[in-house]
Amino acid sequence: MSAATIVSLPDQSTARIPKMNFLTKENGLLSWLLTGDHKRIATLYLISITFFFFIGGSLAGLIRLELLTPQTSLMAADTYNKVFTMHGVIMVFLFLVPSVPATIGNFVIPMMVGAKDLALPKVNLLSWYLYIIAGFMVIYTMAAGGVDTGWTFTSPLSTHYLNTHVISTGLAIFVAGFSSIFTGLNFIVTIHKMRCPGMTWFRLPLFVWANYAASILMVLGTPVLAITLVLVVLERTVHIGVFDPAYGGDPILFQHLFWFYSHPAVYIMILPGMGVISEVISTFSRKRVFGYTAVAFSSVAIAVFGFFVWAHHMFIMGISNYAALVFSLLTMLVAVPSAIKIFNWAFTLYKGSITFETPMLYAFGFMGLFTIGGMTGVFLGSTGTDIHLTETYFIVAHFHFVMVGGMLMAFLSGIHFWWPKWTGRMYPEKISQFAAVVTFIGFNFTFFPQFILGTLGMPRRYAAYPPEFQALNVFSTAGATILGVGYLLPVLYLTWSLKYGAIAGNNPWQATGLEWQTQSPPLTENFLETPIMDHEAYDYEWLEQQQQKEVASVG
Amino acid sequence: MSDSTAISNSAAAETHHEHPPYQRHHFETVEQQADTTNFAMWLFLLTEVMFFGGLFTSYLIMRNWYYPAFVEASHQLNIGWGTANTAVLIMSSFTMAMGVWSAETRRKGALVLCLSLTFVLGLAFLGIKTIEYHEKWEKHHVPGLNWSDASFLNPASDPEVHKDYPGDQPLAPDMAQKAQMYFFLYFAMTGMHALHMIIGISILGFMIVRARAGAYTTGHVTYVENFGLYWHFVDIIWIFLFPLLYLISRH
Amino acid sequence: MSEHDGQFEQKEEHEHEHHIVSPVIYLAILLALLVGTGLTVWASFIDLGEWHIAPGLTLFWNPAVALAIACTKMVLVVLFFMHVKYSTKLTKLTVACGVFTFLALIGMTMTDYFSRAWGRW
Ligand SMILES: [Cu+2]
Repeated sequence: MSAATIVSLPDQSTARIPKMNFLTKENGLLSWLLTGDHKRIATLYLISITFFFFIGGSLAGLIRLELLTPQTSLMAADTYNKVFTMHGVIMVFLFLVPSVPATIGNFVIPMMVGAKDLALPKVNLLSWYLYIIAGFMVIYTMAAGGVDTGWTFTSPLSTHYLNTHVISTGLAIFVAGFSSIFTGLNFIVTIHKMRCPGMTWFRLPLFVWANYAASILMVLGTPVLAITLVLVVLERTVHIGVFDPAYGGDPILFQHLFWFYSHPAVYIMILPGMGVISEVISTFSRKRVFGYTAVAFSSVAIAVFGFFVWAHHMFIMGISNYAALVFSLLTMLVAVPSAIKIFNWAFTLYKGSITFETPMLYAFGFMGLFTIGGMTGVFLGSTGTDIHLTETYFIVAHFHFVMVGGMLMAFLSGIHFWWPKWTGRMYPEKISQFAAVVTFIGFNFTFFPQFILGTLGMPRRYAAYPPEFQALNVFSTAGATILGVGYLLPVLYLTWSLKYGAIAGNNPWQATGLEWQTQSPPLTENFLETPIMDHEAYDYEWLEQQQQKEVASVG
Repeated sequence: MSDSTAISNSAAAETHHEHPPYQRHHFETVEQQADTTNFAMWLFLLTEVMFFGGLFTSYLIMRNWYYPAFVEASHQLNIGWGTANTAVLIMSSFTMAMGVWSAETRRKGALVLCLSLTFVLGLAFLGIKTIEYHEKWEKHHVPGLNWSDASFLNPASDPEVHKDYPGDQPLAPDMAQKAQMYFFLYFAMTGMHALHMIIGISILGFMIVRARAGAYTTGHVTYVENFGLYWHFVDIIWIFLFPLLYLISRH
Repeated sequence: MSEHDGQFEQKEEHEHEHHIVSPVIYLAILLALLVGTGLTVWASFIDLGEWHIAPGLTLFWNPAVALAIACTKMVLVVLFFMHVKYSTKLTKLTVACGVFTFLALIGMTMTDYFSRAWGRW
């Protein structure tokens, strides 16, 4: 390793945060609540999803506490059902789905394509309001007594047997769905129509490609979930419907419609995270992403294949054996583009000048954990092993490796990476590296034992379990405690850095994206004049020449 | 995908700063704004297609499962009203298309007339739909709220329909029950469609007021055009609902 | 080498957008749609029979004809009323994308329902 760090900050004694920027442009609550500025809306989103992340996280803490002992010691079984349901609903619909797109994507995509704003600023704001309405509906549900169907709303459990607040939760997810549809729609339109001169499709940063693919899934998949939930709500209100066998309906039809969205939703959640990783890996190994085109198209391939694999969630539900075979094979197919990404990132690292700033540490965490999560997905995608492993803790471990080990790591990586751009100040490096390591250790302690528990046969979604599983559960709960610390730390030091962080300057990472060529925090219009893209993406030589020119002209 | 002449184009766009009042600041040109909103509208319609997709899938499967009940239940629909409504909606699509044409050719009077006709035809559609819904209520064919299996357990008890479809056999009680499933889907699908009509008509009312003030006849046609796309989409949904619900079990 | 792809798309679309469809075409489409409606109502009262393709696989002509007419009407509305015939490739692709995903939802769900009884005759 040649350099220990690539960070280059301006002289701290003279550096100032630019007086005019998107944060200082206007003051007052109304200027925020009625804003059309994508960066302000991203900030609103960041605050709101962090809030819901910690609610969802506390619920996860309660789950782990309950599972510390084999008996139902902390809460009654039906309370436990409500807790894990609310955890799932909040984490999936109010955190993971909007996490990277609505915050980081909202903030950087217009800048990355060289535009002044997203194509439809009012729709963007509407999307945030819908999110907030959905959030309030979920909070109402919790206050009113919660819901205990699991985040999957399995029928006829949700339509017939339970008397909890299925309707308000269902409608909340309906509203949150439209929030996500509008974000996705806005991204697609922006990426097609708002690119600056010279910004061709293959000069776009890979983060944009990844969000483009996720947006397609949002626009085409989410409405199916929306109508499914409408049908569930109707079924509960008029007591006739297409899902409940007691009325002649088909619960497997519900599963088809639900997973038609909810499998692609996994890619809605992970693709933007993959985009973050592409940016971070390239920046901190000072190399163009290996196989740019392959990585770009693998995002689109994941989006397309993602629509043809949903029935792998239904192998044990009584679907046709022949259909199970087809869906199983197609599921193997979708592993290919994900593997392409992992290999290309590895090749990008090869012979790169790697430095280990916090975003890079999180990115490494992502690559390792996502690979494990993805590979165990192949176990679950093959019909034979799925029958043994499904509905056990193996599933829980698998999707937490992908969603928490993958997406949450990517989210934190991205937050640290773009924090200097967002606020104009650096986060404290040492403590954040420490937090990244703590997160990684805590994560593995929490979720790795669950793979073993799953193969041993511990079923998911029960408050009590046979005593022989206790040792591993204690491990898992201890790990969750460490993980909790790992997530609290960033909130503390990032808040601290708002006032005391070092002034970042325009481009502390020496990164090549257009967003780094403007001031931090950016102006409301992002750029002084419409930028012209005259180089390829991740062109570090261009950046060097650019900097030499600047030095020469100043001198 | 390369076009070098486009550069001068964009440079020209940057130099002149006189924008028409309807151009939003973050767009370089009016054309860019028009293209963008048009594309956004199309994407929204994709969302709508998939939204109705869930309903069509459910209908297809339930119809295959409970074929006899769906056949006899569909005989309860009034084909005259259905055909009339289809014609009304197609006419409204035509007047809407003419509205777009009037806006494009800057004919203010014609635009107001076309939009008003579309508005009236939309209301006529909803009126006919109300008559049909009312009839269902009177015959106890509203699932969950006002339901009776009588017409299907004993078709002869429903002389009006029975004289047109004398071949309808009494259904076994569990199959007769499934007629309720047909009407559940009938109300869900036509109701969702009617909801789209109501939203459309409300926007039309707003547009008529703006059109009278001349808002769409000065070259800024995107709003009318995009609304037209929505209206035609709603028409297309009905084009499929009509045969699926009314026609395919008549013979 | 510096090009402006976004601008290019706009330019292309720009040319198309000012293609104003003449009222004569609209009128022709209206008539075609009304004729189609009449045709489909008329056809629905005639028993068109069925075609036994294979054991367990039968095509009923009445729904097939009704859906074919509906699809034709949809194509007319999309191409002319919605101007897709005169629009950019991007718009055409968007429409195709919607149809494709819609068919994927119905088609892939159907693979399950149709093959459930296989081997159980
Ligand atoms: Cu899946």
